[in-house]
Amino acid sequence: MKLNSAFNTYIFKRVVNSLILLVVVMSMVFFANRQIGDPARMVLGNGASEEAVLALRQQMGLEDPMAEQYGRFLFGLATGDLGQTYRFGMSNSMFQGGDASSMDTLPIAMERLPATLFLAGATILFAVLVALPMGLYAAVHPRSSPDRAIGVLSLAGVSIVEYWFALILVLVFAVQFAWLPTSGYGSFAHVILPALALSLRPIGRITQIARSSLLDELAKPYVTAARGRGIPMRRVASFHALKNAAIPIVTTIGDETINVVTGVIIIETIFGWPGIGALTVDALSIRDVPLVEATVFLLVLMVLTINLLVDLAYAFLNPRLRIG
Amino acid sequence: MTEESLSQTAPPPADDTERDEGIGTRDIVRALFKDLLVLASVIFLVALIFSAVFADFVAPYDPLLPNIFANRLPPLSTATGMDGSEQFHLLGTDALGRDMLSRLIFGARASIFVALVSVFVSGVLGTIMGVLAGYYGGAVEAIIMRAVDAFMAVPSLLIALFVLFIIGGGLVNMVLIFALVRWVVYARLARGITLSLKESSFVEAARAIGASDTRIMLRHILPNMISPLLVLATLEVALLVLAEAGLSFLGFGLLPPEPSWGLMISRGREYMREAWWMITLPGLAIFLTTLSLNLVANWFRAVMDPVQRWRWLM
Repeated sequence: MKLNSAFNTYIFKRVVNSLILLVVVMSMVFFANRQIGDPARMVLGNGASEEAVLALRQQMGLEDPMAEQYGRFLFGLATGDLGQTYRFGMSNSMFQGGDASSMDTLPIAMERLPATLFLAGATILFAVLVALPMGLYAAVHPRSSPDRAIGVLSLAGVSIVEYWFALILVLVFAVQFAWLPTSGYGSFAHVILPALALSLRPIGRITQIARSSLLDELAKPYVTAARGRGIPMRRVASFHALKNAAIPIVTTIGDETINVVTGVIIIETIFGWPGIGALTVDALSIRDVPLVEATVFLLVLMVLTINLLVDLAYAFLNPRLRIG
Repeated sequence: MTEESLSQTAPPPADDTERDEGIGTRDIVRALFKDLLVLASVIFLVALIFSAVFADFVAPYDPLLPNIFANRLPPLSTATGMDGSEQFHLLGTDALGRDMLSRLIFGARASIFVALVSVFVSGVLGTIMGVLAGYYGGAVEAIIMRAVDAFMAVPSLLIALFVLFIIGGGLVNMVLIFALVRWVVYARLARGITLSLKESSFVEAARAIGASDTRIMLRHILPNMISPLLVLATLEVALLVLAEAGLSFLGFGLLPPEPSWGLMISRGREYMREAWWMITLPGLAIFLTTLSLNLVANWFRAVMDPVQRWRWLM
């Protein structure tokens, strides 16, 4: 697809802005993390002697001037080196006679990425497949009882506490009926409950937006014209109007994908899903600062990427952004 | 909202004083009774706020008082209290024998207090920022909106989680964090409305007769954005009740033994299999609260919208 130059400039600006934002966010994380205590003390534990702590501080570069530490952090950020974990999986790598590289935080966090992408992808796919037909139906039959029911259901979807619903799902489908596994990762059955729990909010939001933007679109003259040519309403709505109403819907899908990416923090913890979210909570609870930095880095990177993808999707949907 | 009730409230009323106010309180109350689901939501919310405010009088027992002889009693059971008196537990007791109903009522106080105060602080801050950005434009706008974009680009929950990790949980910190991450939504809305109102003829007229910038912003622009701001604030209360529950569940929000709905769910999780009410009831409380807020906000928007359109046509 050929894009016109204004749009290319726009996308280029957005990429640069995203990168700047990423550096700003990571810098704030860097300085904030220096406020929560001595990392050397955390690695060695409370029993360690002052000399040992000082030695490790020197080894970790914590005695260097702040500007130098920050410079090193920025350089690491640019080269994909976010430091080494204080303790996560430390015993593991020791047992395996592990080398120093198995302590690098970014690879540890990257390893968790596929599981999170799989869960988030399954959730959004499911949500779109449920929400679009519901929104379409509600828009084609406004003020009917199914429309009212869909309206209340979609409000209920955005009103529920995701992790509470997840636990109730576990209670019913995993404990009571034993149809699905309570937690874990691997088979298709494992993804059903977490994806279901995460999908309620996106389903609600996408349905609402799809309904309202389609309703606006269906009031336009070209819809009347198409109806006048004898094309059934369902067909006009799903083939003609849906494409023109797509921009707000795609924006919402993007926003909700971002919500899901944050939602995985809690849901992965509940289902023992080996993704970024569960790792973030683990790293926070053992106060493993470099690992927190790596997980936050990946989460923010995912969010910025989704925002960019949404921008690119606009080019497909809006012909004015293309050439010819 | 049905078509008939909208068209009844929309046209300008005959009375001149009411015409300036737009839609009257009486019209709103009449419209309310036409939608029973929304009426039920309003009644639920009023009862909830009443019992949260007067929790000390409404709650049957002390929410923090354990009773080792009465732990994990199902709803509708009676037990002998620690002082020997007969106690009735309408919604059962938790793992330490504390009365569930009392804890839910005091939990409502914590959850709603956090949400309402945060919404108030972030709403005031965000509205001021948004109006200033929209009204003055230029460098003021550039600085404010750059900050807004930055906050919008990173999910609030992630920022809140990280900052609470650094500064620790608790009621005050939560309010501060929510205010910090949520002011941007009001700023964006307020800026948008200010931009369109700034060009309107009544603002031009006010400026022509020599009204100051402050006066124009406070008396001419601000009153015209109250209803969309109210709708947004209502939705934000719902969002923050959910966020409080999530952060408390992860251990970065309110701290035990404070009774909060989020903490009750996370405690109830341990006894999920044998005591379903411990986890089900606080979740239902949150669900009903946020659903009511969402229904009311949706309805309010529907009622106010045609009036605004009619106003703009004048």
